[in-house]
Amino acid sequence: MAEKKTVLVTGAAGSLAKRVIARLHGKYQVIAVDFRRKVETDADIPSYKVEIFKRGFEDIFRDHHIDAVIHIGRIFAHENTRQNRYNANVLGTKKLLELCRKYHVGQVIIHSTYFVYGASAYNPALLDEDTPLKASEVTMDLVDSVELESLANIYLWKHPELNITILRPCNVLGPGVRNSMSLLLSRPVAPVLMGFSPLMQFLHVDDMADAMMAAFEQNKPGIYNVAPDDWVAYQEAVTQCGCRKLPLFSIPPVLPKIISGMLNWNAFFPPYLINYFKYPVILDGELFRKTFKWKPKRSLNDIFSYYRKNKLTAA
Amino acid sequence: MNLDFLKNLSLKEEVLKRLITPEIEDSLARAPKPVGSFGYDPWGYHDNMAKIGMGVAKLLYEKYFRVTASGLENIPKTGRLLVIPNHSGQLPMDGVLIAYALATNPHGPRTPRAMIERFFPTVPYLGNVLNGLGAVIGDPVNCVKMLEADEAIIVFPEGVRGSGKLYKKRYQLQRFGNGFMHLAMAHRTPIVPCGVVGCEETMPAIANIKPLAKLLGIPYAPIAPLLPLPARVHLNFGEPMHFEGDVDHEEEVTARVEQVKNEIRKLIDKGLKERTAIY
Repeated sequence: MAEKKTVLVTGAAGSLAKRVIARLHGKYQVIAVDFRRKVETDADIPSYKVEIFKRGFEDIFRDHHIDAVIHIGRIFAHENTRQNRYNANVLGTKKLLELCRKYHVGQVIIHSTYFVYGASAYNPALLDEDTPLKASEVTMDLVDSVELESLANIYLWKHPELNITILRPCNVLGPGVRNSMSLLLSRPVAPVLMGFSPLMQFLHVDDMADAMMAAFEQNKPGIYNVAPDDWVAYQEAVTQCGCRKLPLFSIPPVLPKIISGMLNWNAFFPPYLINYFKYPVILDGELFRKTFKWKPKRSLNDIFSYYRKNKLTAA
Repeated sequence: MNLDFLKNLSLKEEVLKRLITPEIEDSLARAPKPVGSFGYDPWGYHDNMAKIGMGVAKLLYEKYFRVTASGLENIPKTGRLLVIPNHSGQLPMDGVLIAYALATNPHGPRTPRAMIERFFPTVPYLGNVLNGLGAVIGDPVNCVKMLEADEAIIVFPEGVRGSGKLYKKRYQLQRFGNGFMHLAMAHRTPIVPCGVVGCEETMPAIANIKPLAKLLGIPYAPIAPLLPLPARVHLNFGEPMHFEGDVDHEEEVTARVEQVKNEIRKLIDKGLKERTAIY
């Protein structure tokens, strides 16, 4: 029997990575890496706590023959300072891609975000993958996301042997997910901007894990939006998740940013994401759905009911 | 005295009940319009908002402007479509009336889409309401994706040149942009020309105060009645026009646009002849 492929997964402590690891386990040799803590894994999965832009990271490549990397690990804006985030997300990814070259890794999956498109009143709907990335125009706090992408893009065309696939998912939600949107919808009260209820797309974290598996196993390098063919307005989503609405004055535009800053809402309604609660960023996910014959299995209602039930049991 | 019934009385529900008639529900149910699990489409259209919009438009269409529509049989029942009318009357009442005619077409209703100015999404409430009704910002990407999704789109190629013109220039077509023709050719979309008669008389403007418009950041500031006058409106839809194949020069596109303009002129003349009373 041919030897199992070895796959390194970053951000292993996160809910998405955990699900990806569970799907890989058995079929592949998995190595789990996280900068936050040494993740508890099954006996045969080596787990490391290491920051990928530090030297110790290379030892993992020396000790194991890695065939593929699934790069999910990312510091969210609420988790650290802008400088540390830049180091980890941009320089860390650069280091990772360099190591992939040096140790002849045959495939890299990069987990990006729809935030890179930027939320603007002038956005058309159904953004294609070749739409300009305007997030850095909106805020400095998303520069690292955009730069990570452009870095991955450079490697994508310069080093085709790395077989890089960049995935740009819409809002990923579900049990254990700790991103801003998930933290927000988990709260009993969710801020909304008066007079604005942008359309949004949501994906269950299990569907996203399936999407990452499809991208990994079918290996068709490129850039793909990952989003369902379904849409809902933000304020409707808030209601469906069982949150009470906290209306904020939306005019002048700086006002909600000040409120968010003063009340320290960084984790779930940060000032730099306010525009995403004002203007829609709707992705056209058709390319990914067709290329990988993937379709989300869970509906919007399935996603929202998790948040709804959680509140009921908490009450 | 038993006042329990007051507890269940909701003003909103009462208004909605009167506004959204069974005919409106029926037209919407018959129109070929795919939406997601919560009734939205990717451009922000929402079933419930569209019903309310139609309820209001019905009053304007039947009671206020007393519209006469002919040629509705020319509107394809399914598939991508561009409806190209003349534009007039300061406020986009013509768009509302054409949209209602399309949405309630007895020969096969369509959910109409309209392209709006880019500043609308920045206006609280209004932006979301317009999106909910089916209007989107006039970005070519939106137009292309909608045609690919077989939507019916109303485009006013005159833009503010048409709607903002003075009363003395009534029923004179202003310069048409060529964008709609490029889209029609590239995406093999039939064009249904439409002549609107009556909207010119809803808001006859005798002058345009340009400095005021500039100051307010709006396209024009007319000296006109504050509210639209109840002029009778005649809508005439022409037969679908097909334009295919590539062109070597922009002039050829302009020539094709001119063909559409000629059809609209004929339809306007027809409407003017039909009209027996302005108000």
